[in-house]
Amino acid sequence: MKETPKKDDVEYWRWQEYRRVLSDKKWNNKDIITAGVDVGSVGSKAVIMLDDEVYSWGIMRTGSNSPESAKKALSWAMEGTGLRLNDLKYIVGTGYGRVNVPMANKAITEIACHAKGANYIWGPSVRTVLDVGGQDIKAIHCDETGRVTSFLMNDKCAAGTGRGMEVFADLLKIPIEEIGEFSLKVDEEPPPVSCTCVAFAKTEAMGFLRKGWSKEKVLAAYTHAMAIRMGNLVKRVGLEREFVITGGQSKNIGIVTRIEKALGVKCLPMPNWRESGLDPMVAGAIGAALFAKALYEKAQKS
Amino acid sequence: MITVGIDLGTQSVKAVILKDGAVISRGQAFSGFDPAKAAEQAVGEALKKVKLSINDVDHVTATGSGMDMAPYSNSTISMMGADAKAGVYLFPKARTIIDVGAEEARAVKCDEKGFMVDFVVNERCAAGAGAFIEAMARALEVKLEDMGPLSLKAERASPINATCVIFGESDVVTLIHRQESKPEIARAVFDAMADRVSSMVHRLGINPDVVLVGGVAKDDGFVASLKRKLGVDVLIPEYPEFAGALGAALIAVSRVKETQK
Repeated sequence: MKETPKKDDVEYWRWQEYRRVLSDKKWNNKDIITAGVDVGSVGSKAVIMLDDEVYSWGIMRTGSNSPESAKKALSWAMEGTGLRLNDLKYIVGTGYGRVNVPMANKAITEIACHAKGANYIWGPSVRTVLDVGGQDIKAIHCDETGRVTSFLMNDKCAAGTGRGMEVFADLLKIPIEEIGEFSLKVDEEPPPVSCTCVAFAKTEAMGFLRKGWSKEKVLAAYTHAMAIRMGNLVKRVGLEREFVITGGQSKNIGIVTRIEKALGVKCLPMPNWRESGLDPMVAGAIGAALFAKALYEKAQKS
Repeated sequence: MITVGIDLGTQSVKAVILKDGAVISRGQAFSGFDPAKAAEQAVGEALKKVKLSINDVDHVTATGSGMDMAPYSNSTISMMGADAKAGVYLFPKARTIIDVGAEEARAVKCDEKGFMVDFVVNERCAAGAGAFIEAMARALEVKLEDMGPLSLKAERASPINATCVIFGESDVVTLIHRQESKPEIARAVFDAMADRVSSMVHRLGINPDVVLVGGVAKDDGFVASLKRKLGVDVLIPEYPEFAGALGAALIAVSRVKETQK
């Protein structure tokens, strides 16, 4: 189980860190400027919102130091905008490392933030949210306001999470962004692998390659197994339309297609996130920034 | 009579050569992508040390997760069967054999003749196997071989969640940020793993003597934690990682005797 390749190798597992500023928007002090910082196990996300609209956001890899990762992600989202920390009226931290967001005024669980964020991105018809991150799978049920009504998550085992995809990308030498597309290039869907333990992923894959399976087929079998695991979690929490997927795996077409098949429903379509800022990968941070605004207004009133 | 036992593990292949039932040579190679080739290397190395060729061998028995890929093999034996045979050969009073390898952990209950009576294995989860220590060593930025000595310096233990290798890594990172010392974190890692393994053994029932084999048995840190958790003494042979191959080679002896009858 080796995930860090030699320096001279291409790091296929390393997903692109990115940031965007919506340049058609200008901030001024009249706006309620808030931030949501979602420190996940693998990615740290920060979103800046002006009143109720996304202004800028950034996603980077979580380092070994959570407070440092939170700070970095937030300053990356603010870079070049002229914004300073003082301009942010309220900051909410969320995610696995939420208690380690030093500049946050408050920490809120990522379950609440993802439901809120999904409600904002896709609208009030969303009832079931599946969030698949680096080492978490969460199936969340919410009402028309984005309030959580029930949820389930993988609390004992990381099998079938995004981390496994990283291991496969590295082993099969396929850039992580293309892995979903690649997994769909099979004439016939192979049966799912029997075991999705991330620690065993490498041995599992090597076994199939030795048997003469193509890379595509190996990936398809693993992705299939992951999708079944995720689909089962959604079934246990109860599937109610509309259904959406957030987190890193929302951009993995191989996963999305197979979950839709396993559940027999279509997800609401991926929004035009580059232009609108409605990026499903930062749904948690968007939810956190929305909570930040509500909390700021509440504080002003009292 | 020359017999060979080959143990094709997920991380390395081990070979043991016996002459009339006594060990005369050992060989080892990394499994890599081609375990069959690694097995040829391990056997070749072991034969070379005692100036023998494969033609001098009467019977080859293979074991381990890759036993179907073994070259030269005349027969196979389950990993549990090999563990039981080797455990009782090494320690005649052994009745419980624990084998912790890179990706597998198992406990085998056996009788006085080295026949398996019952067993438990970790299925589909790496939490009780060597991969766990490897991942944690990486998270701690400590060399794998330094984990054991480091853990023995700990004054107390800080519990971590060991239900999953991946979650364990996060726990280790949290402990680092809580400024826990490296020895204490290393100790926590071994305690967590020993917890998993001992719960497996408890399902079988602890019948002394208890023997620990497999590559992880070379780690003093794990051994100390396991002894604490089990509350009994644990015997370890000189070459614990070769136990599977030894068991297979002993089975090869009995298979030759069967055909001679």
